[in-house]
Amino acid sequence: MLHSEVLYLATPSAFGVLGQVPLDVAYQTHFITNNIAPVYLKPRDLRGVSQRSFDSKNMENNSLTAASGKIPFWRDVRVLGALFQVLFLLGVILLLAILYTNMLRGLDSLGLALNFNFLQDEAGFDISEGISYDPSDTYLKAFWVGVLNTLKVSIIGIVCATLIGLLFGIARLSSNWLIRTIAAAYVECFRNIPLLLQIIFWYTAVVAQLPNVRESISLFGGVFINNRGVYLPSPEPTSSLTIWLWFLSGGLLLAVILYIARWRQLQQLDRPGFRAKWALPAFLIVALCGWFLTPGRPFTLDLPALQGFNYQGGMRFSPEFSALLVGLSIYTSAFIAEIVRSGIQSVVKGQREAARAVGLKEGQTLRLVILPQAVPIIVPPLTSQYLNLAKNSSLAVAIAFPDLVSVGNTMLTQTGQAIPVIAMIMVSYLIMSLTTSAAMNWYNRWITRIGR
Amino acid sequence: MRKFLFRVSALVLAISLVIPLLASGEESILDKVKNRGRLICGVNKELPGFGFLGQDGKWKGFDVDYGRAIAAAVLGDPDKVEFRPLKAADRFPALQTGEIDVLIRNTTWTLTRDTDLGADFAPPTFYDGQGFMLRKDLGITSLKELAGATIGVTAGSTTELNLADTTRALGIEVEPIVFEETETLYQSYDQGRCDAVTSDKSQLVSRRQSLKNPDDHVILDVTISKEPLGPVTVHGDNKWNDVVSWVVYATFFAEEHGITQSNVNTFETENPEIKRFLGTDDGTGMGGKLGLPKDWARQVIAAVGNYGEIFERNLTPLGLPRGVNKPWTQGGLLYAIPFR
Amino acid sequence: MEEQGLTQEIKPPVSTKGPGRWLKENLFNTWYNTILTCLALVFLFFAFKGFLTWAFTEAEWGVIPANFRLFMVGSYPQEQIWRVWTAIYILSVLMGLSAGLWGGLILRFVVVLSGVWFISALLPFDFELSTRGWCLGAIAMIAVSFFLGRDRTSLRSWILGGWILSFPVIMVVLRGFGENGVLTSRWGGLLLTLILAISGIVVSFPLGVFLALCRQSKLPVIRWVSTTYIEMVRGVPLITILFMGNVLIPIFMPGFDINQVLRMMLCLIFFSAAYMAENVRGGLQGVPRGQHEAAQAVGLNYVQTTLFIVLPQALRSVIPAIVGQFIALFKDTSLVSVIGLIDLLGVARSILANPKWLGLQAEVYLFVAFIYFVFCYAMSYASQDIETDLGVGKH
Repeated sequence: MLHSEVLYLATPSAFGVLGQVPLDVAYQTHFITNNIAPVYLKPRDLRGVSQRSFDSKNMENNSLTAASGKIPFWRDVRVLGALFQVLFLLGVILLLAILYTNMLRGLDSLGLALNFNFLQDEAGFDISEGISYDPSDTYLKAFWVGVLNTLKVSIIGIVCATLIGLLFGIARLSSNWLIRTIAAAYVECFRNIPLLLQIIFWYTAVVAQLPNVRESISLFGGVFINNRGVYLPSPEPTSSLTIWLWFLSGGLLLAVILYIARWRQLQQLDRPGFRAKWALPAFLIVALCGWFLTPGRPFTLDLPALQGFNYQGGMRFSPEFSALLVGLSIYTSAFIAEIVRSGIQSVVKGQREAARAVGLKEGQTLRLVILPQAVPIIVPPLTSQYLNLAKNSSLAVAIAFPDLVSVGNTMLTQTGQAIPVIAMIMVSYLIMSLTTSAAMNWYNRWITRIGR
Repeated sequence: MRKFLFRVSALVLAISLVIPLLASGEESILDKVKNRGRLICGVNKELPGFGFLGQDGKWKGFDVDYGRAIAAAVLGDPDKVEFRPLKAADRFPALQTGEIDVLIRNTTWTLTRDTDLGADFAPPTFYDGQGFMLRKDLGITSLKELAGATIGVTAGSTTELNLADTTRALGIEVEPIVFEETETLYQSYDQGRCDAVTSDKSQLVSRRQSLKNPDDHVILDVTISKEPLGPVTVHGDNKWNDVVSWVVYATFFAEEHGITQSNVNTFETENPEIKRFLGTDDGTGMGGKLGLPKDWARQVIAAVGNYGEIFERNLTPLGLPRGVNKPWTQGGLLYAIPFR
Repeated sequence: MEEQGLTQEIKPPVSTKGPGRWLKENLFNTWYNTILTCLALVFLFFAFKGFLTWAFTEAEWGVIPANFRLFMVGSYPQEQIWRVWTAIYILSVLMGLSAGLWGGLILRFVVVLSGVWFISALLPFDFELSTRGWCLGAIAMIAVSFFLGRDRTSLRSWILGGWILSFPVIMVVLRGFGENGVLTSRWGGLLLTLILAISGIVVSFPLGVFLALCRQSKLPVIRWVSTTYIEMVRGVPLITILFMGNVLIPIFMPGFDINQVLRMMLCLIFFSAAYMAENVRGGLQGVPRGQHEAAQAVGLNYVQTTLFIVLPQALRSVIPAIVGQFIALFKDTSLVSVIGLIDLLGVARSILANPKWLGLQAEVYLFVAFIYFVFCYAMSYASQDIETDLGVGKH
């Protein structure tokens, strides 16, 4: 590998050493003696060089070096490169050191210490949602609650955004003009408005305007929507769950056997087909039979009911969580829709026609021809959208959802330890980002291999 | 080679430029304010009565008046002050980083803040306590009955911590909703997102006025904490903290001795302490010791009046009684240190 | 069938299509499309009916004209408002000249802009008369400079120079000097949003190019430093960078009085530069190796090669991505309202906090969303236009 700068710096001395040797040979010898991989230039490319480098003045200078037979170190590109890098690094370190000492001096004059000891202290503030937590827990625990809340909203948001995005991405390619236009309007509208504005809008203009607890909207007798949140019935396992689980494992075993059998059969027939064609219905039938044969029910529904100030029981999505989730999902889905659309469009039309010509059905064309080609194109930008969603969940701070930034912010103001807290927040996000992109890279490699 | 040398020298030049720029001398904020010709004061912008930015871009309130008083003392002009609106969560970073010279934003004096947060407090200007506001029709009169309720609170405040303390002491569970901004807190409360809000009582009184139907809400007759509110300066700048403290004492002193905005320039007295206060004595006066002009206290009173006048102008219209915020001569807690 | 298909391709039978046929082909070609169309129509009917009923009967739009000034400039002092207009006039002159010289996209833009000024001048809000005058003045400025600049190719370098100088000049005009000027803490509304976005993009662009070149460097240390910076910035949310900048810049650099607007500006610049670097890197990778080699072969040094050979090709291919970045930055400026600046979104929030306008969230936020949308959509439209003009992607 050759850096452009290296080549430039190398040129005069190279010609000096080798004098009148034909150009091609001169270059190659220079690179070989200097342990640098040679670059082969066409004679046409060297036209300019020959005119500039071989004027009499250069020749004179160069012949001096030629006498010594060795390139002086101040002209050796490797030495120069190394020196430059060392200086650059020193500069960066110096800058960081200046900032660091400035910071220490500033903190010192304020009487503040820079350490993480405060994490073991009692937090003393309460957090409205998340895993079990008490104000007497430590700051570290409080931070952990925030991290988990961020993960929760990010993961659910990613699933929702992908589904909605897929739907609108495909709708944008519909042959129906009206559907196509609605999808395009959706994408343009939500893509071009700041997410923060959307989240605040959902929170203050939609969720907060829902009726109060005593006038809740009730759906299907078990779902309640009010300005305290969305309450859903949640399944509570009973003692007969174990019996049903036996049925499920039996069904799963049967399904695996059938899946392999079908796979073998397809291989023998040497034609593509739906491998889970037998396994899926078999599993469903066993599971369903088990449900009805089990004495009692494996689950009971825990219905939310009004007690005191609020509904109790069931599953609850707080208004802050709901608004954040809706905002994140819709905003990101607009970007995902565009990615899906361009991914599918990038598969050449001829591929589709060819697939139809060899007799593949519509579904098979999509599954066997278009998706294997579109997915590798879709995955990288999709990854960055997922990461964006996770990072954007930090906007929760604007609507009182206790995510990692909100909790961190509270810690920061209560303890005054701005730098450690901000460092913790940033490292948490970096870990999340790096893991996600590593996972997605792995998936991308896997899918590319399958596609081939 | 020449280019290489050029690069190296450019780098060296850049670094050598940066070093002196980053290293800075220590000077008191008092000198900084004098050089700047303007005081920068961190205040609340959404708390009518204490700190409020009107539609016309004018700042009004009790805390705002203290900012103007300090500007009058240091610069001789109460208008040479720039108010920076701060949220509860931003105020200490703003103070620590020197973005503001003084913080007068209904800030409670606590031990942690005095030590860990790098703050120095001037004497409290308002003794407050934390209370609860909720809807009348809930029919609740005691804290115990709040079990299970959703309670709104501002982020980064002592009230957030007091709420957790109180519920733990009572053994009840509540759901706290922590809002970054006071505006959003009261908006959400008004829309029914929370059953109750908790804050300093003065703030509850002030914000109740701007709810849709103020009469539907009641402030519980319970006080769960002591909230001494006062100006704050950055830790370690004693000279500046002295100035801010004595401006506060000046307003107390003036009320104790009946010096008002209208009579301060014509006040006739033979009392040597009052003479020292007004700067009409023969010596260098008290101002020199603080690094202020001789007539600094007179400027303060001429600009904003004595404590009672500041209170009556800003807080009495809200219906806040003076309570303990009276001079010690009348049984209150305001006590001016001798001007000697 | 095949035969007919071919002839149709050769001669598009547009003229023979009636509306009925179009409907049939685009909305009712299959049974499921018919169902979808009907469902969509029902949905649209109720959505529009609901929205229009709300917008024309329930919504209290009075909050918009009453606070129009706040939306535009925040608490910028009334007596200094001429500064804003001077800035607008400087831009108007430059745009007019450019439109006259180059025509095309910028001409279309200028026409639309004049239309907007004209409508603003006639709007039935209770503006002061002077505001209407300023609006009409802007149109006059554009028109005069348009005719001045028309086909005057000799002015070309002057105009380009003017654009480059306009940014610092406008900043100085808006700020003024010392205590008599307008403190940045009084900048607000759409004005602040635009200042943050434009300064962000103008400064982050060269920084991003520099970072991208460093990341492509063959000197490992430089590459590592640049890569670390880029990946770290891209790995964390903007809001944490803003929080950090707000708290740490003054701690890191004591002695400088860096106000909050400037701090947020710096944060946006450093944030945007990392993303810009990645966009530019994409373009750099697309430049064929032979271009570098040929350039060196004709005797250009590294700086010359980069400036005159590689960057022009690289940047040309990433114009859409750069515009995309600009749109993203424009939207991202709204986050400064969380830190406490009164930008467009911040103004909306502070208006809603006023007891007088309680409960008008929908009206205010829709209006603000509309402004953001218009700007972002216009930029993406312009980007597509430039793309077609340059024939990007056709090589």
